[in-house]
Amino acid sequence: MSPVFDNIDQFVDGFLTSLEIILWALAGALPLGVLIAACRVSPIPPLRAFGTFWVTTFRNTPLTVVLFFCAFGFPELGINRSFFFFGVLGLVLYTSAFVCEAVRSGINSVPAGQAEAARSIGLNFTQGLRYVVLPQALRTVVPPLGSVLIAMMKNSAVVGAFGVGGDLWSTGASLTSAQGYPTFPVYVGGVAVGYLIITLTAGALLQLLERKVAIAR
Amino acid sequence: MSSEQQAVLYDAQGPRARRRTLIGTVVAVLALLGLAYVVYRRLDEQGQFSMEEWGPLIDPGNEAFDAVWRLIGEGIVNTLKAAALAMVLSIVLGTLIAVARLSLGRIGRIPLIGLIEIFRGLPVVVLVFIGVRVLPDVGVDLSGLPGGQVLWGLVIGLTVYNMVIFAEIVRAGVASLPRGQREAALATGLTNWQTMRIVLLPQAFRTMLPAIISQLIVVLKDTSLVTFIANYDELLSQGESIQRNLGNPIQTFTVLALLYIAINYCLGRLAQYIERRQARAGRSTPEPAETAGLAPGAAPVGGGA
Repeated sequence: MSPVFDNIDQFVDGFLTSLEIILWALAGALPLGVLIAACRVSPIPPLRAFGTFWVTTFRNTPLTVVLFFCAFGFPELGINRSFFFFGVLGLVLYTSAFVCEAVRSGINSVPAGQAEAARSIGLNFTQGLRYVVLPQALRTVVPPLGSVLIAMMKNSAVVGAFGVGGDLWSTGASLTSAQGYPTFPVYVGGVAVGYLIITLTAGALLQLLERKVAIAR
Repeated sequence: MSSEQQAVLYDAQGPRARRRTLIGTVVAVLALLGLAYVVYRRLDEQGQFSMEEWGPLIDPGNEAFDAVWRLIGEGIVNTLKAAALAMVLSIVLGTLIAVARLSLGRIGRIPLIGLIEIFRGLPVVVLVFIGVRVLPDVGVDLSGLPGGQVLWGLVIGLTVYNMVIFAEIVRAGVASLPRGQREAALATGLTNWQTMRIVLLPQAFRTMLPAIISQLIVVLKDTSLVTFIANYDELLSQGESIQRNLGNPIQTFTVLALLYIAINYCLGRLAQYIERRQARAGRSTPEPAETAGLAPGAAPVGGGA
């Protein structure tokens, strides 16, 4: 394990960079996913079609292909940004499809009678959504959305493997390939443990949250 | 699906709402067309529609066409090979873990749950790396196996990740069966193991079939992670070398994405079809429907790239 402790500061740096990727991706994927979900349940057919197209595309394409597309495709179009930007962008696009599906299944899980009752007491579409359907949907959304987001945290490793420098994955890569440390302690003791800290913490927080908002239906 | 969700949110529309929807539709169509046009202009300005870029992929007369599609074909075969091996192994091991977890006592279960949590908390790409690169370094030699070191490293990485997900799927499937099934089986004198093998598992597999297929999609997508780690000529690696030689990333990755989407979309529809047929046949009680929404919903997503 000494390769890990000798380079603990690099691992801490990598850990923080991974967190940075995750936070940016969260900030992008959550609103985008909710927006696409709104499209998919909206009364306007072309928006629904657009939402379906989006979800079908990004859910069935490997994240790796999305990343390659962002990083090699956009420069061809004259859009040049950092690798970090493209990496996070790919992760955001990919995750938004899953966020959308989690949110949508939550909305669908609200019994039709709820919305009917809302309408029959005179609430309009927006009000019904805002005061009746969404508050209930939110509770059902928490567990699946949580696992989507945890999956996203794990996928940040793919962004790292893709070549965004400085995160946990890249730290492991540079220690083993450039500095010749053995792979076993670096990856099992360092990289893997770093990701476990992130995902297990997130999992525990999620469980707390679930217990708080859970209702039996 | 869509009529069902509409029923939740809004009534059949009256004349005024219909007019509003119509206006919204026109505006949305215009906005989407505008967006499409901007994208199209951008692509066109950069010459992305030229036959120079597309030719090798879509024009059979092009000199590179045959070579390109031979590479892609090999890639698909290798992707499917790795995915199928990983799938079979993780179903078998996952079932064993699930059975062990269900039949062990409370204390014996703890290490198993710890194992599940750890493997589920790791990114697949890390596990694939451990399979492909770390195992040989610590003296596990897989190169003697047919297919070679990288294939089996990849399969091991994917299997370790997915077997615990399958364990959860199978466990949820067994748990969703009516209690009477197990009680009746035990009452007829079957042992615990026989009950599991003859009565519970077959039924659980049937309810869990959609979830299993959804997970296959995840495995298929995850095979592409090996691109970052070692040379194994699956679909993405092949595409990567094609675009490196031809210099047409947008076109190549579009074709690749379409191939992945075609395969995965069909699998997804198959899962949906089976789910519906089961629901119609009344095989799944409301409770499995709930787990089918959660466990598989969580599982494919819990998967990686």
